[in-house]
Amino acid sequence: MSALLEVTGVTKRYPGVVANDNISLTVNAGEVVALLGENGAGKSTLLKAVFGLVKPDSGEIKIGGTPIVFGDTAGVIARGVGMVHQHFQLVPVMTVTENIILGDEPKRGLFINKKAAHDEILALSKRYGLEVDPDAVIEDLPVGMQQRVEILKALRKDVKLLILDEPTAVLTPQEIDELLEVIRNLAKSGVGVVLITHKLHEVMAVADRVVVLRGGKLVGTTSPKESDEAGLAQMMVGRSVVLQVNRTEAKRGGVVLEVKGLQVLDDRKLLMVKGVDLSLYSGEILGVAGVEGNGQRELVEAICGMRNREAGEVLLKGEPTKNLNPHAVHEAGISHVPEDREKHGLISSYSIADNLILNQFDQSPFSKGWIRDLSAIATNAVDTVAKFDIRTPSAFNTASSLSGGNKQKVVVARELSEELPVLIAAQPTRGVDVGSIEFIHNQLIAARDKGAAVMLVSAELDEILSLSDRIAVMSGGKIVAVLDSKDADRNYIGRLMAGLKE
Amino acid sequence: MSSIVKRRGFYYTLAIAISTLYLYLQSSNVTTSVFSIAVTFAMPLALAAMVGIMCERTGIVNIGIEGTLLLSSFVAFYSAIATKSIIIGFCIAMATGVFMSLLLALMSVTWKMDQIIAGTILNILATGLTSFFYIQGTMLPTMFKQKPIPGLSDIPFFGDVLFKHGFLMYLGFVVILTLYFALFHTSWGLRSRAVGEHPSAADTAGVSVSKLRYLNVAIAGAIGGLCGSYLVLELVGSWNRGFTAGKGFTALALMIFGRWNPLGALAAAMFFGLSQAGANQLMINGTVNIPPQFVGILPYVMTIIVLAISAGKVRPPAAEGQPYEKGQN
Repeated sequence: MSALLEVTGVTKRYPGVVANDNISLTVNAGEVVALLGENGAGKSTLLKAVFGLVKPDSGEIKIGGTPIVFGDTAGVIARGVGMVHQHFQLVPVMTVTENIILGDEPKRGLFINKKAAHDEILALSKRYGLEVDPDAVIEDLPVGMQQRVEILKALRKDVKLLILDEPTAVLTPQEIDELLEVIRNLAKSGVGVVLITHKLHEVMAVADRVVVLRGGKLVGTTSPKESDEAGLAQMMVGRSVVLQVNRTEAKRGGVVLEVKGLQVLDDRKLLMVKGVDLSLYSGEILGVAGVEGNGQRELVEAICGMRNREAGEVLLKGEPTKNLNPHAVHEAGISHVPEDREKHGLISSYSIADNLILNQFDQSPFSKGWIRDLSAIATNAVDTVAKFDIRTPSAFNTASSLSGGNKQKVVVARELSEELPVLIAAQPTRGVDVGSIEFIHNQLIAARDKGAAVMLVSAELDEILSLSDRIAVMSGGKIVAVLDSKDADRNYIGRLMAGLKE
Repeated sequence: MSSIVKRRGFYYTLAIAISTLYLYLQSSNVTTSVFSIAVTFAMPLALAAMVGIMCERTGIVNIGIEGTLLLSSFVAFYSAIATKSIIIGFCIAMATGVFMSLLLALMSVTWKMDQIIAGTILNILATGLTSFFYIQGTMLPTMFKQKPIPGLSDIPFFGDVLFKHGFLMYLGFVVILTLYFALFHTSWGLRSRAVGEHPSAADTAGVSVSKLRYLNVAIAGAIGGLCGSYLVLELVGSWNRGFTAGKGFTALALMIFGRWNPLGALAAAMFFGLSQAGANQLMINGTVNIPPQFVGILPYVMTIIVLAISAGKVRPPAAEGQPYEKGQN
């Protein structure tokens, strides 16, 4: 019997990045294969290729022994492959039933048989123990429930191979346990399951085989029996780029930025930052660790003038910065590498040169009175592109032409160009290739050594551990602990991040 | 939410019904004729709005409706004269509508052009072609004649208002009702709406986004051809420069007012037609002693007011105007 899925030598290049480099793997019936790797390791690209959504540059993908054709998603589905996408593929304004039957609707004559569809969804949800209301509209449902609809959508088509792309990212711990149980049952019934994740304990809990990707390459295959979480992490991070940061002892200076009793609302007008006190000293990196969505974004935005403060204050060198706008905050001496570089860090349709001076466009030497000095802008651009190793044919191409890592280098280069007393870097290496991560890390250290007070907010604990001099752990909108990085223990911080006390 | 909307719709309908009944009791002949004329004003707008709905429900913004109407009415007129057959004129007009639509689909689906620019190109193309080839002083051989539907046309009031029209008017009603049922009760409709709301969701479910967009935009073009034919071959009978007088743009407003629902747009068009017919009647009666130009703008003013009141609450198809790239989320 041929394997359910056979991937042979698949390579996919994007401008500046090799997303998949000669990857081969097989999945058999009744087995759970975990596809493990960091963000940007190429997991999602590979799975999109399996679905015919992305065309590989070379290599072959076979399902049940026959090769797939690019663009023939319907054909892949017809051969019994179901996928639960990382980004929900649900139409928000339609009902659960409508979303599940989309593409293969039960009919009565010319019309959709709504009664039959409704009954089918009820039967389906009963069969797999995944309860849903068939008539609920998707946008009214919580994310965990939407996920459930996604899974049912995949299960409906009598799947032989079910692919789950980071299915647990949005689930509560209880929902995760339920999902893992569902996965086990599916495998028992002979379904092949591919689980894409970077959460090690899930892998240990359900996987029969673990395939590790790193930087687009397949670096190894193992199983939970042969390895443990530490071993898997080692494989996933590989030469541990983050651990290779050359960091000397911090020369800590005086307090530069002080946050006192800060309270901030999120977009839903709920209190997200519930009274935070922090001090940033010059010449040191303060890492803010925490599971995403615990108020880090709101904290950073409030400090940088992008979000109003409900209560509390932010003092820069003893001076209050009361609800200033981002430009004024920057003038006052805080530079900011924003979390979402596409939305807040760059103007994609502007040239790299213009993006490099977005924070100083109205200042000398880039502006003389009301007139922009184009030659000064050009000189700066050429110098910076060389200095920061921004990979582009020209400094005058649009920012949108750059790869993720190079975009981030543009943002970092711009924010570091003035050597302001405070640097706030939010998720500075998210979705960035390995080489750029190392470069950006070294730049952060260099800024620290020049005397800047650096605040590093990151969801990657390893990044925090390797760069920070002090570590503040944020959970539930509060700083639950501030530790010296010498005393920091991974497991202990992990427990704090999860909101557990001792 | 939806129950509130339904209840409000019910009250509107009730208010209109009561005032109609009152007017009918006051003067049955005048009321009947005003409503009958209102339907002839409303049908082209409703059909033009269907063109918009067909396109936007699958995510294509079509501001080229005006151009489609203009060119197809022009083609209907001259091909009917050349072939001495209004049926052939009608068919060629439909083909013209489909041609304009395929042009729009080519630009916005295949070339992924900005759809506002693509629509503008259609409008400019139609204006240019029709102005250049326009010949004065030609006459249609015949027109689509009024054919009362036996039985139904004997119903008091409604028979006169709805069932004493020509073939294209009846076809128009059939198209609108069919579109309504198709959009909300068939696989095609479900898939079309999914493509307009969240194309990658449809794509991952095995629905071809670009095929469906091409198909629906083409059907929309055929409806545009029907609309142009109705205007020239059944309602007016002659053609001059700028013949469609912005109906394609008014239709966009009616589409929004009707919440991208064929019946909603039909109701909106009826409302517009009624205010236009009513305004005409007021002018004829001399009830209002103001210059006729002001009476003439009444329907447009009402459209603006109605849109301004309702526009904040409506929600267009989410993927409208965005070209779809495979593999993006």
